[in-house]
Amino acid sequence: MSRKTSRINKKFAELAQKNEKALITYLMVGYPTQKSTFDAIRGLIRGGADIIELGFPFSDPLADGPVIQNASTRSLEKNIKMGQFLAMARKIRKESDIPLVLMTYTNLLYRRGYDRFFKAAKTAGIDGVITPDMTIEESREYLKAAKKHKIDTIFLVSPNTTKPRLRKIARQTTGFLYLVSVFGTTGVRTKIQNYTINALRNTKKTVGAGLPVGIGFGVSTPNDVKHYVKNGADAVIIGSALIRLIEKTPASEIESKVANFARKLKAETK
Amino acid sequence: MKIKFPKDGRFGEFGGKYIPETLVPAIEELESSYLRYKNDQSFKKELNYYLTEYAGRPTPLYYAKNLSEKIGGAKIYLKREDLLHGGAHKINNTLGQALLAKRMGKTRIIAETGAGQHGVATAMACACLGLKAEVYMGLRDTVRQRLNVFRMNLLGCHVHTVESGSQTLKDAINEAIRDWITNVNDTYYLLGSAVGPHPYPVMVRDFQSIIGREILQQMKKIGKSHPDTVIACVGGGSNAIGTFYPMIDTDTEIIGVEAAGEGLETGHHSATLNAGSKGVLHGMMTYLLQDTEGQIKETHSISAGLDYPGVGPEHSYLKDTRRVRYASATDDEVIRAFLLLTKTEGIIPALESAHAIAHAVKIAKKKQKSDSIVVTLSGRGDKDVEVVEEYVKKNF
Repeated sequence: MSRKTSRINKKFAELAQKNEKALITYLMVGYPTQKSTFDAIRGLIRGGADIIELGFPFSDPLADGPVIQNASTRSLEKNIKMGQFLAMARKIRKESDIPLVLMTYTNLLYRRGYDRFFKAAKTAGIDGVITPDMTIEESREYLKAAKKHKIDTIFLVSPNTTKPRLRKIARQTTGFLYLVSVFGTTGVRTKIQNYTINALRNTKKTVGAGLPVGIGFGVSTPNDVKHYVKNGADAVIIGSALIRLIEKTPASEIESKVANFARKLKAETK
Repeated sequence: MKIKFPKDGRFGEFGGKYIPETLVPAIEELESSYLRYKNDQSFKKELNYYLTEYAGRPTPLYYAKNLSEKIGGAKIYLKREDLLHGGAHKINNTLGQALLAKRMGKTRIIAETGAGQHGVATAMACACLGLKAEVYMGLRDTVRQRLNVFRMNLLGCHVHTVESGSQTLKDAINEAIRDWITNVNDTYYLLGSAVGPHPYPVMVRDFQSIIGREILQQMKKIGKSHPDTVIACVGGGSNAIGTFYPMIDTDTEIIGVEAAGEGLETGHHSATLNAGSKGVLHGMMTYLLQDTEGQIKETHSISAGLDYPGVGPEHSYLKDTRRVRYASATDDEVIRAFLLLTKTEGIIPALESAHAIAHAVKIAKKKQKSDSIVVTLSGRGDKDVEVVEEYVKKNF
């Protein structure tokens, strides 16, 4: 996958020129409704989000904490299908050129067949995929299919990932590398751990300048964003906090409230 | 056919490690520790001591004369894992893994449980070896197997009730994995079945293989080198793989029995190998009960211990290579087998094990008197008497 041509790479290059970092935002598609997903996406784009991560629900989301688990369950109760998700992606793509990343679990891609899936995803306008239960050891067929269809493969690393392994993972990663900030599942945290900052610095140092590093899991406030940007993050990823905001916002105000929230977060990346 | 220790963690195309990156160092540490201790003389000696003196091994291979004569066919032998401390085969594995955890310097043990037998066996091994244990159990299972919840509490183990998903074994595993990701540095995840990411399926199989090894020893006493047929129930499949593995390279006919629930045609069952398709769940590639999208289906079985939409990867491999045949038994057949064994032999089997009995009853009459069928009676049924009473009242 050419690092120069993907929408994600172009975005990072563009931001680098402006001396900005990337704001990446995560939504669970279909939660609470498909309409709210579109409203939130429009709000995010208006508020200055740089990349949008779309979560597709899996029945057994073992890397997710309570907020995203609940969103997954609710979305699945409405019987959302991968076909609908791809149709949604196509619709967003007609309105905007913002990079779109799918986050879901391996089985949903395996079940369709990696090749068939990536082909459909590319056609729908998806730029990258994150699968938290895919290790590099099991990724041969997955990578082959992703390369063929020019989809970025965004792998995750953790504070306990060893240096040699970090290098190995970075070699298979395109778009950006996803650093999991904490030992734990996704979800809002109240405090930033010292080990997280060390992990961020070490990861940056080990992978070098060629590959942007985004930090996620428990990143929830403008203050968190500021802190991570100051310590070298190329991107910050906000998920559960955004979902919680959508949950408590009346349907008619989702777009404006989400835009506001995105604006405050984005301000800390400049 | 026999795969001793798969280097890439795979049995054919099944198995592997599909796990969050945070768990990779823990899984690597587990693999290297297991490889180091599994042939270590002092480790083996210590495990053997506890298996003998604490758990009650070896277990008898009992000739079920009344049952065999009543059916009129092959001689049925029962491998009495129900007589082990705690009432099930699970203690073979929990003692092994708890001793390993201790050598690895882990102080906190977590586990999942379905029927509660693995939870109880974990709580016992940990109490005995001075380790702290916490067990995840689905809400539905805490209701239908509440006696085991009391037992775990009495043993000093904290039971976390899991209310997500189908509130059964699958969800208990999800929650245990989430705990492990969060507390990866000091916590040992003591998985109870031959499932999960490598090296769990192979390690659990090895600890449970004592069942099959003893059967082969005991067959010699009755003048045979191996049984003509061996039968065990399969949920995740730990008692089955422990029974089968030592016999893979013999001529024994090997049969696993899955839970057909209300019938395979109804969709309300847990017969993964009979009705499933390939996929990835709980760190492994294996057969799964899933829909066309890849979402995992809710399963049904009258026995909580078999109520699981996946199966150990080695069973998937043994199915595809046709070395093992996987049959199934419905709830109804299981209850009848439960009642039959109880009345003819005075042995109350666990509902899980009653699946294997049900299949033995089916095939024994078609066989010769000189044929031998060994059934692994993986656990005792005290925990199930309420469920059976309710079923009998409603249906018979």
